Amino acid sequence: MTSDTPEKSLSLKQRFDRWMIKHGRVLVIGIPYIWLFLFFLVPFLIVLKISFAMAEYAQPPYSSLFDWIEEGVTVTLNFGNYLFLLSDSLYATAYLNSIRIAAISTVITLLIGYPMAYGIARARGSVRSILLMLVILPFWTSFLIRVYAWIGILDREGLINAFLLWTGIITEPLIMRQTEGAVFVGIVYTYLPFMILPLYSTLEKMDVSLIEAALDLGCKPWKAFLKVTLPLSMPGVLAGSLLVFIPSVGEFVIPELLGGPNTLMIGRTLWNEFFANRDWPIASAVAIAMLVFLVVPIMWFQHTQSKQEERQS
Amino acid sequence: MSGKRSTFLISALVFGFAFLYVPILLVMIYSFNEGKLVTVWTGFSTKWYVSLFSNDGMIDAAWNSLRIGVMSATLALALGTPAGLVMSRFGRFKGRTLFSGMIAAPLVMPEVITGLSLLLLFVTLEQMVGWPAGRGISTITIAHTTFCAAYVAVVVQSRLSGMDTSVEEAAMDLGAKPAKIFFVITLPMILPALLAGWLLSFTLSLDDLVIASFVAGPGSTTLPMKVFSSVRLGVSPEINALATLIILAVSAMILISSLLILRSERNRSRAPSTEEA
Repeated sequence: MTSDTPEKSLSLKQRFDRWMIKHGRVLVIGIPYIWLFLFFLVPFLIVLKISFAMAEYAQPPYSSLFDWIEEGVTVTLNFGNYLFLLSDSLYATAYLNSIRIAAISTVITLLIGYPMAYGIARARGSVRSILLMLVILPFWTSFLIRVYAWIGILDREGLINAFLLWTGIITEPLIMRQTEGAVFVGIVYTYLPFMILPLYSTLEKMDVSLIEAALDLGCKPWKAFLKVTLPLSMPGVLAGSLLVFIPSVGEFVIPELLGGPNTLMIGRTLWNEFFANRDWPIASAVAIAMLVFLVVPIMWFQHTQSKQEERQS
Repeated sequence: MSGKRSTFLISALVFGFAFLYVPILLVMIYSFNEGKLVTVWTGFSTKWYVSLFSNDGMIDAAWNSLRIGVMSATLALALGTPAGLVMSRFGRFKGRTLFSGMIAAPLVMPEVITGLSLLLLFVTLEQMVGWPAGRGISTITIAHTTFCAAYVAVVVQSRLSGMDTSVEEAAMDLGAKPAKIFFVITLPMILPALLAGWLLSFTLSLDDLVIASFVAGPGSTTLPMKVFSSVRLGVSPEINALATLIILAVSAMILISSLLILRSERNRSRAPSTEEA
């Protein structure tokens, strides 16, 4: 081996280092940037484009907006899809229904989750970590399986009906599965861990001596909870509620498997437009409407929330 | 704490955990039921496990899901780690607002929108440049990578912003190059966050039905898609058996990881005392 080999490789390495120092920063920013731009942002522009197209029996099933003719390009925008969304009350109903169902489910989840989180936060060390693990465990198991578990319980031929028929309390099976109530049960059940964990982390950090002081000064336990514990745990309440509300408002699986044919939710409507009706332009218009009336407000709310927290700290 | 209140808390915990676990336990119990109906217990049997493992469609779907899960979790880690680093350490740069928006948005985006938009992208790309030719495993992997990368970025970012920067600064003062600082100092310190991010991505990918349904093609049915199509018609004892296996695997994994965490914590707390001795 000659002596110039390491020198040569060193200079190569140096050249690489110099290049990295100069361009490394751009590279580290650039790679995730380009990926997210191409696979997250660009798709929305295409959805926007297709929401102005017309449904056609073709492959893919929509008309093209741009026609290349000899003089140049003509653009045909079709606002019909959006007018249709406004004229058919189905879409507005589905949108409002989604918000209502998600909001009610969030409140129920909070009512069940708060005492659980409080109980876990006040438990002794070893018990506490076991209880926490028990909360986290369902979160890692399949979402679909957990929704499925309720089919067997709420079905016409399900366990509750079988039990009630056997005891003779009812003579006709109750209809529980394809109802809105079943959707509430499904959402509360699958998203309960998302509520408990942020609540737990704020309640656990809370200074217990504040409550003790309130009690020592003659405050009733119930009042101490309302005046001390609850206000101090508001960040957890808000975080948990958002974690439940956001995914449940666009939910498809739960209303599809547990809800009835009349349980309209906007995510399910989009799915049906796309898969059952094969109307891609209408599905795109629904997606754009969801984006504007659902995702943008949520992101704006989160943004102002985090700004406010920054200012407080 | 007054006795009345702790009774209330204990009963809330008992009720809550019963609510969380009874449905899962029922599925597990009925997976061993000989009969096809959920309501009637006709005797103990493992025949549904046998029929699950001889169901080729199910096995293929499970294999597809595992492959997609490993690939997209790994890719999401490769993309999400630099993204998290950029968010917490790079300060201001041109286009930062858009960048942070593109990381925050996938977390609140309804799955139906993500799925539809990616499908339309793939269709348009295929028309324009001929790639991807048809949809399948690769398009599902790209879709999962995109939303999992956002989760990894958030996990890495929150770990980095809670971390002391003094060691990194010291290395920089001593003339270490940025890449070296990252691989020798930062990376080992955020390793638990990376592991958590990978596992989270793997689980999210394995669990996803909606996005995969949009961007899947013929022959790329994933396990959730397979489960969904058979569950739609009602309870199936094979799905009970599958659910039991998934729950057991997850429980074992969580048990092992929490034991490992406990042990490493104990080692860490013991380390200074042995040095002193």
